Amino acid sequence: MKIVGTNEKECTLCGACETICSTFYFKEDNRLKSSIQVEEVEVSPGAAIHVCNQCGKCIEVCPVEAITRTKKGIVIINKKTCIGCFNCVGVCPTNTMFWHEDLVEPFKCIACARCTKECPTEAIFMEEVS
Amino acid sequence: MATSIEDMRKSRKVLAGYDYEQAGVEKGYTGKTLYINISDYTIKPKDVTEEMKDIFIGGKGFGLWYLWNGIKPETKWNDPENEIVISSGPIGGITQYPGSGKSLVVTLSPLTKSIMDSNVGGFFGPYLKFSGWDALEIQGKSEKDIVVFIDGDKGRVTIEEVDIDPAASHLVSEQLTELLAENEKDKKNISIVSSGSGGENTNIGILNFSFYDLRRKAARMKQAGRGGIGTVFRDKKIAALAVKFSSLSGRSNNPADPAKVAKTGVKITREINKFDAEQFRMRQIGTANLMTPMNDYDLLPVHNFKYGSHPDAVGISSDTLRDRFTQNMPDGCWVGCALSCCKAVDNFELKTGPYKGDKVLVDGPEYENAAGLGANCGIFDADYVIEANFYCDTYGIDTISTGTLIAFAMECYENGIIDKKITGGLELNFGNADAAMELIHQMGQGKGFGKIAGQGVRRMKQIFAEEYGADPAFLQDIGMENKGLEYSQYQAKESLAQQGGYAMTNKGPQHDEAWLIFMDMVNNQLPTFEKKAEALHYFPMFRTWFGLMGLCKLPWNDIIPEGNSQTESPEKIPEHVQNYIDIFNAVTGKNIDQDEMIRQSERVYNFQRIFNLRLGFGTREHDAAPYRALGPVTEEEYESRIERYDNQLKEDVGIDPSGMSIAEKVKAMRKYREGRYETLIDVVYDRRGWTKNGVPKLEKIKELGIDFPEVVDVVKKNL
Repeated sequence: MKIVGTNEKECTLCGACETICSTFYFKEDNRLKSSIQVEEVEVSPGAAIHVCNQCGKCIEVCPVEAITRTKKGIVIINKKTCIGCFNCVGVCPTNTMFWHEDLVEPFKCIACARCTKECPTEAIFMEEVS
Repeated sequence: MATSIEDMRKSRKVLAGYDYEQAGVEKGYTGKTLYINISDYTIKPKDVTEEMKDIFIGGKGFGLWYLWNGIKPETKWNDPENEIVISSGPIGGITQYPGSGKSLVVTLSPLTKSIMDSNVGGFFGPYLKFSGWDALEIQGKSEKDIVVFIDGDKGRVTIEEVDIDPAASHLVSEQLTELLAENEKDKKNISIVSSGSGGENTNIGILNFSFYDLRRKAARMKQAGRGGIGTVFRDKKIAALAVKFSSLSGRSNNPADPAKVAKTGVKITREINKFDAEQFRMRQIGTANLMTPMNDYDLLPVHNFKYGSHPDAVGISSDTLRDRFTQNMPDGCWVGCALSCCKAVDNFELKTGPYKGDKVLVDGPEYENAAGLGANCGIFDADYVIEANFYCDTYGIDTISTGTLIAFAMECYENGIIDKKITGGLELNFGNADAAMELIHQMGQGKGFGKIAGQGVRRMKQIFAEEYGADPAFLQDIGMENKGLEYSQYQAKESLAQQGGYAMTNKGPQHDEAWLIFMDMVNNQLPTFEKKAEALHYFPMFRTWFGLMGLCKLPWNDIIPEGNSQTESPEKIPEHVQNYIDIFNAVTGKNIDQDEMIRQSERVYNFQRIFNLRLGFGTREHDAAPYRALGPVTEEEYESRIERYDNQLKEDVGIDPSGMSIAEKVKAMRKYREGRYETLIDVVYDRRGWTKNGVPKLEKIKELGIDFPEVVDVVKKNL
């Protein structure tokens, strides 16, 4: 499957990925509503990029089976079924199942690749993994 | 009986119907409750007043208030005016915070003849609310078996005759779920309340509340177990209650501040994910995680509470049971509970009884079931515990009372008080799993000695004394009941605070009011009478609060936040207390603090105490404990822990035990312990604002604002 790969050394924290993601999915430029979030950290290389690796741990804990894996391997949330319990947020090993206080349901990267096209330094890119 | 769901569908006959406009939920309340009288088929809404919300809050509070108004002081449990009230509470039904789907059931109990309340999981309470009703109040008595349907999608309530056999709760839940669901996916929108043949044949009938497990594709059940509520249910000829609500969302409870609810929920959900595996393993083992530590600390009831541990306990240890549970399921009894403690054994092949050979899903065993049905009866066999658990649930009898009453019958049998002639051939020795299993079947089916045992320990004591010439004083000492309710499964002998935590309860000795054993005995955090009294004020009040809200107690202290041990009162888990205050305020839009939280409970707790008084109970004599709960009754018990007891005589009592016979030591120990228990009652009553006789003082009820004329009348009569 293809997921968003990261190379944190190249990240300049410009925020272009966050802008395109939140603008496309939530119609506002708000990094807290982006399914990829970059963060400045003190340790080298200075940036941390948080984006789902499609591990699927969240699928197991969803009480209403709202989270499934597509044929292409991507983990998606059915918002109609989701009842907003955030068990998936709690269990996520990479803290990339995001939530926002304006929203009932959590949200996550579905590997649409939009952010990778915006990144000026190739710090994020589409990567084939097994 | 109907042989197919289609036949069952055709058999439906509507006796009464009522269409309604859904009120919609506003800040945790719909503002309406549903009254149904099954004698005359009245179905009508009632308004929830602001006063009800302020004083009684919801859940158990609403149940008590309706029952108070519905019955007279002379009403008996099986009179038509007795009610069964089911209500969740303002927080009930939120999906963000773990343990928020509880229902509270209130009725007049066949066991205690007084007020009973029970806190139960499953989807019924939240779905009832989202269908438009803060509470369901059922009064009257039907002549034939009926089912009450509440369709929250269509806004329709019906009382119906349905061709269904109410004897086996697991089948009632499964069949009615099937009947109401349009397809497999729809099953999660349905919850069924039922009892079983044990509800008809014993005084310890339970209510099973169903919740649909999507992965197992099964209607599972949680139990309103204590005090014979299922017996009342079947006496009223209710076969089942069913609710359907299909549009559950994360905002169904419509909180005032959803962001705050979400934030608090995410915080604890992360905490559970981080720490549960290294703390209590609720997600792996559920409450059965207690089996091993209870045995290790000499707190596991063994042989009718004679002892606190047993070398064979490994047969039903935490890890033995863990290996029987199917893992990696989101086992929550309400949608989204991250603590997920309600474990299950899948494909268990039954060896006995009417469903012998069937492969069934068994909910549990939880700690109480394994400790009561197993250890307390001297049976350390996981297969037995699982099978007994299944049958208790499906017959609809309380596992806790069943464990304690079989253990009592076994001790009577071993003492020659009852024999094979009386038991109909059952050799009720401790450890005899076959005889215990047969007794469970007899209770469930109303046969043989089961008809006597199923009446509970208090009634057995009376029968054994009156009909079989047993010494009533000895039966009083070893019969583990108080107020008519059987003790739940903790050995309290070495914790004075827990002795009070059990016997000074409003409804009878259940650990949901106070569980102070570790704090008192293991950690020695309550060294003085004053400290014990403070704990026996604070914790029962704090824990009462869960029952007003629709909450489960477990996520309060079965997961410990980081840094808790450095707080001023680690035993209170201050961070989690604050979570609850935040959630209450976020849901209701009110602004309470920790003091008001305790006040909210105090109002309802004192009201319940006064309700007991109104029915002729609730005074000091009813808070007396059987001596088995306080200390060693027999020489055999004393000798089993002789070093401990001799030391206590020396150090605590100031008596030199050397040269004393065991009988003399037992007597001296008893005098000391009984005296200590009386002192405890004095200090606790004083702390709670009660008289020496356990009656809430007038100034206390004024201060709490529950001084309604009829409440004052009851108090005055008892002063």
